Amino acid sequence: MTDIVNILAVICLLTGGFFLFVGSVGLAKLPDFYTRLHAPTKATTLGVGAVLLGSMLLTTMRDGGISIHELVISLFLFITAPVSAHMMAKAALHKKVTALKNTHKRELMKRIAQQKTPE
Amino acid sequence: MRYILPMPVHSLMLLAVWLLLNGFSVGQLVLGLILAWLIPVITWPYTDHQSRAGKPLKIAAYVARLLRDIVVSNVDVALKVLGSNRSLNPGFICYPLALQGDFPLTVLASTISLTPGTVSVDFSEDRKWLYVHALHITTEQEMIAEIRQRYEQPLQEIFS
Repeated sequence: MTDIVNILAVICLLTGGFFLFVGSVGLAKLPDFYTRLHAPTKATTLGVGAVLLGSMLLTTMRDGGISIHELVISLFLFITAPVSAHMMAKAALHKKVTALKNTHKRELMKRIAQQKTPE
Repeated sequence: MRYILPMPVHSLMLLAVWLLLNGFSVGQLVLGLILAWLIPVITWPYTDHQSRAGKPLKIAAYVARLLRDIVVSNVDVALKVLGSNRSLNPGFICYPLALQGDFPLTVLASTISLTPGTVSVDFSEDRKWLYVHALHITTEQEMIAEIRQRYEQPLQEIFS
């Protein structure tokens, strides 16, 4: 029983580690600010989620009873991650951070910064 | 009502989260009760009182779909990040909103940001358009239709 839980926890930790790693790789290699924004905000959702699931399995096995702390941590992450991504994107548009040349609808950026409707 | 218990559901949730974080004891219960009363009193003027979420079953279905979508599209984005930058086709999308109200719009924008591949950037001043940045666009129409059908319509039902 202990072994099965350990193996499951290790699988969770490895999956989480992989997605967090991909998030960091994306931050380093994607071409412009707006695409770079995608990698780390996503890594937190699945990457940290999987790590917390692994931690939950291990603490549940060690202490008996279900460990709730991890659920609360992921709840906070799910609430805060989109808000911070939104604020960063908005700030970038107002500071006129340039986007990649082949960005679809690039001309729209100015109108968004002025909060106007399209067209 | 304004100073006694302005938002009972919020107070209950705050107390529950406080006790989950700090463990149960009499001291923490008293502190939690004070915070659960004080925070809603302070934040009351800033909250959206029009929109009320109903239909718990639909909310549960929405959360389940959201979790599933996060997992599926996380794998998708991971592949795109590891692939070549040249094959990416990033861009902005104007999404025409049918949903109204501060809280429902916040939920929709957060959902769009949480699902990998899309980040909600800004609203237009008249709240009729939501601007979204996508990591990879196939066709704009397809993405708009997908957001409408998967997220906006269920939210409209929940908040109706």
